[in-house]
Formats: sequence, structure tokens, C-alpha cells
Amino acid sequence: MSAHVEEHFAGSNKLFISIWVWLLLLTLVEIGLAYRPMPIHFMLTILLGLSIIKAALIVAYFMHLKFERLSLILTIVPMLVICICLLFVFFPDSFRSAGLRYEFKETPPAPATEEP
Amino acid sequence: MSTEARAVHFPADDWGGGVHPYRVGHRKLGMWLFIVSDSLTFSALLIGYSYLRASNVWPTPFPFYPSIVFSSVMTFCLLSSSLTMVFGVSASSRGDKAAARKWILATMVFGAAFVVLHLIEWNHLISEGLRPFTLPAHWVSTFTTSDGRLPTPLFGATFFTITGLHMFHVATGILYLGVVAARAKKLNHEDIEISGLYWHFVDLVWMFVFPLIYILSVDVGGHLAK
Repeated sequence: MSAHVEEHFAGSNKLFISIWVWLLLLTLVEIGLAYRPMPIHFMLTILLGLSIIKAALIVAYFMHLKFERLSLILTIVPMLVICICLLFVFFPDSFRSAGLRYEFKETPPAPATEEP
Repeated sequence: MSTEARAVHFPADDWGGGVHPYRVGHRKLGMWLFIVSDSLTFSALLIGYSYLRASNVWPTPFPFYPSIVFSSVMTFCLLSSSLTMVFGVSASSRGDKAAARKWILATMVFGAAFVVLHLIEWNHLISEGLRPFTLPAHWVSTFTTSDGRLPTPLFGATFFTITGLHMFHVATGILYLGVVAARAKKLNHEDIEISGLYWHFVDLVWMFVFPLIYILSVDVGGHLAK
């Protein structure tokens, strides 16, 4: 086994079990939220927040990124976050296309009639 | 002399070459970069799904049983598989390759359970009439809005694409872990750790797929059952 691996591998089984329990609890919260009446934007925000927390727990502890060198973390994480944010740049267009898609339903064109 | 030993004997600036600037091997760094690129693939798919959802009337057809029960059990399977995988990597770091192999096999069992449950769930939706570009007729009538706007038929396309790609990753991961388990005694610890990184990534992706695809499409009022 290489020296650098021994140095980097950290975390006890007890810690991993506690992370697993937290992940299960957060999942139960998500399922519970599904049956709480609330606006979808509010629910989406909470669900995404919980998902990001769960992802962070998995990356930090199960994938051991927390125990890696800071240079590796700074190379991987900000790049990914920035690229994902950039993907959202076209998202506002969805609201415009919603208007285009259903406009004809609300104001159907009048059928052409010929005057006698 | 190993690369690590050379790095100790010939210290150099971290960014000047000659040492591991990230203190990980090139294969592990390669897996991290693959994970970043695959994360962007799934991000693009999920953002595309969100785009379609925001610009269409979206059906919310999933009943508590079987959809939410199945997907919750699937989540439990994946989370548990991550725990067994991390136990396997931990055993490997102690040099206990036999225990590592057993934990990896347990991980494969949980992964296989996930795939089987997912296929049953797919079969349930397909038998209801869901296709990539067609909704079941009773979904259309149920989810048409009061002002006559029809639900989008792209529900099936996004559902089968995102969950299908994820299921493909899980299936590939099971094969990958099978090879790692078979060769566990010959592989060094870092190789086993790398396979663990891939498996945890598959779990991580599901942490976004499950709430966005399933939880946000729950048929809360039981409209389809009426």
C-alpha cells in the first residue's frame, strides 16, 4: 500500500454509519415533503437544498474529498459549480417558450369566413 | 523507487512538476476528472428536464404505491451500497483484501437490487401506456388543465432518458465492481478506492434524480386513482 494513500484515507466505520443514517433521514424528509401542500417553487428550493447537502456528505466523506489535498478540492469543485451555473444561462427562455407554446390555445385564430 | 518515494527524495514545487501536486495517483485524478465530466452530463439533462417542465403543463402521475415506495427502496439500496463500498475501501486500506472483496460483493447485490426494482418500476409505467413521446390516455385526460392545455408528451422522454442513463451507470458499475472483486488480491488499494469513487458518484447522481423526477411528480391528490 502506498504511503500517500495511508495518509489520505481517513474516517472510521462509525463515522460512515452516521453519515449513512443522516442520508437516510434527509431522504425521509424529502419523501415527507412530497405530501405537504406547498407551492412548487418552495418545494423545489427545499428539495434542491437537501440534495446538495446529501451530495456534499457523499463527496466529503464517502468519496473522501474532505481528506484530500486542498489543491485537488479547489481544482474540481469550483470548476464544476461554475460550469453548472453556466448551464442555467438559457433557463429564462423556458418561460418565454411557455408563452409561445400555449398562446394559440388561449386566443384561437378566428376561422376565415367569406362575405356572400 | 516508487513515485511517492521519489517525491519525498526530490522535493520540488507542487506546481513545478516532479511531484504529485494533488497527492493522488494519475488514475485517481483521471477518475475525478471523469466524474466532473459525467456530472456535467447529468446536470445538462436535469436542467433540460427542468426547462421543459417550466415551459409545459407537466403531469404529476406517481402514486405512493408502487412508484414512491419503489423509488424510496431503491434510494435505500443505493445509499446502503455506498456504505458497504466505503467499508470495502476501508478494509482494503488496512490490507484486508478478503474483507474488501466481501464488501464489494455486498455492494454489487445492493446495486443489482436497485436495477431490478427500477426495471419493475419501468415495466409498471410501460404497461400503463407511457412511451418516450406518448402519455397514457387517462393521464392526458386527468392532467389537461381547466383551460384546455394538454400535458406534454415529453414526460416519458425525459423520464426514460434520465433514469435510463442512470440505470446504465449502475449496471456498468456492477460489472466494474465485479472485475475489481475478482481481481481484488492483485489490485492495489488505490485501484479499489477508484472503483469506490465511481460507485459513490452513481449514488450521488441519484440524490438529484430521485427528488427532481419522482418527488416533484407525486400525484398528491390521487387524481389518477379517481
